[in-house]
Amino acid sequence: MTNFILYALLAGLGVALVAGPLGCFVVWRRMAYFGDTLAHSALLGVSIGVLLDINLSITVAAIPLLMALGLVYLEQRGILSLDTLLGILSHSALATGLVLISLLPDVRVDLMSLLFGDLLSVTVSDLWVIYAVAGTVILLLLVLWKPLINITVHADLAEVEGVKVSAVRTALMLITALVIAIAMKIVGVLLITALLIIPAATARRVSNTPEQMAITASIIAMLTVLMGLGMSWYVDTPAGPSVVVCGALLFMGSLVFRQKS
Amino acid sequence: MNNPLITLDRVNKAFADRPVLQNISLQLMQGEITTLIGPNGAGKSTLVRIILGLVEPDSGSVSPADRLKIGYMPQKISIDPSLPISTSRFLQLANTSNHACHEALEMVGISHLAKSPIQSLSGGELQRALLARAILRKPNFLVLDEPVQGVDVMGQNALYTMIAKLSKSLNCGILMVSHDLHLVMSATDQVICLNQHICCQGHPEQVTKDPAYLDIFGQTKAIYTHKHDHQHSIHGEVLDGQGNHQHGEGCNHD
Repeated sequence: MTNFILYALLAGLGVALVAGPLGCFVVWRRMAYFGDTLAHSALLGVSIGVLLDINLSITVAAIPLLMALGLVYLEQRGILSLDTLLGILSHSALATGLVLISLLPDVRVDLMSLLFGDLLSVTVSDLWVIYAVAGTVILLLLVLWKPLINITVHADLAEVEGVKVSAVRTALMLITALVIAIAMKIVGVLLITALLIIPAATARRVSNTPEQMAITASIIAMLTVLMGLGMSWYVDTPAGPSVVVCGALLFMGSLVFRQKS
Repeated sequence: MNNPLITLDRVNKAFADRPVLQNISLQLMQGEITTLIGPNGAGKSTLVRIILGLVEPDSGSVSPADRLKIGYMPQKISIDPSLPISTSRFLQLANTSNHACHEALEMVGISHLAKSPIQSLSGGELQRALLARAILRKPNFLVLDEPVQGVDVMGQNALYTMIAKLSKSLNCGILMVSHDLHLVMSATDQVICLNQHICCQGHPEQVTKDPAYLDIFGQTKAIYTHKHDHQHSIHGEVLDGQGNHQHGEGCNHD
């Protein structure tokens, strides 16, 4: 087995590890469209990074984070419903990113790999970034686990009981932006949400507690990456979409279980 | 006994230039049950959120007592069915002690539902679970936002009786919101009629012994009355003898 497939495997497993628990929050808090919007804005992050010659790892995390904070601001002003705002921002970010990339004359950016991931081109330095970010995300999730569950159940109740709701909410956005930044390499901006919510939705069917669901989702996401890479290796299909297809197959398989309530 | 838990002084709040609360001054006492009534849009929820510290008033002061510990029962709660969470786990979010959670569930009479998913509870059971969480942290002030919402008449009776009992055993102050003028329990010490400003407030009168109501509610239940120097319209607005709305001090709505 050559190095590149080993790197791809390690990168995929690192992202899957954190995609599981974060995906659970995306499902519990009905943030799928929100996640999609942040993921699309990561493409804008790439083009801005290239344009201004900034390290791409920074811009693909910073732009979604700025987008998230902007969304909170716009939602609080109550101009439009969150759904509509997300629709506007999501597609404008994607379109602006694509337009900016096309305007860069000297740079050849592989659009397909941005949109659908390029797992097989992972380098050692990518691996360092992925594991540093994944470690940070796991640490944040462990420290904030209880308040995160608490604000997911009922924000006002949590606030009255002393939880700093807006700080915890901002931290969750930061976590989401970080995970999107590393997941982009694996499945691309168009499929990130799938990597987040499909394993979580699959895990729901066999879980009784939030913790059980988060850990199961992590395991399922890693299994999905293994299967997807195997499929890509043996059938010669694109890696990112293969991972998502395997996730969807596992989800369908999980439907034979009676949902635990 | 009669220590103020929280004092509001000339509190005003407007949303997008539309005044919601005007010149609200009130004091809530330890060991007293205060019921807040008023029509839809009267600002009840906003006032409750100000008292809870969730919303800042535009002007005026909110002074909680140093030892104030609030137990809050929100009006409704919707937890996504994708979150696997049992009733006892729901309570543990407020207080990690397993023992305290069981005690609270027993106090509200649903200890048999501890292991059930919170989403599977019926309307009345869910209200009890919320009440259990509100009393978990041994508060000295309970804020109950429409505690009997979505509960049938018999269940409402049981819940009100339970709340009255709890307030005695915990010796806490209670602020209860209702939009129902006619169905406020006899145990209420103070009633505040809110319609953006405080229209009137006072002690409710003696238990009504109307046999028709006793039929429905039994002996424990009574209908709230207090003496009005004015009439209410069907929306709950204060009317004068000619049927016109009478404006309170500092009140400038139609």
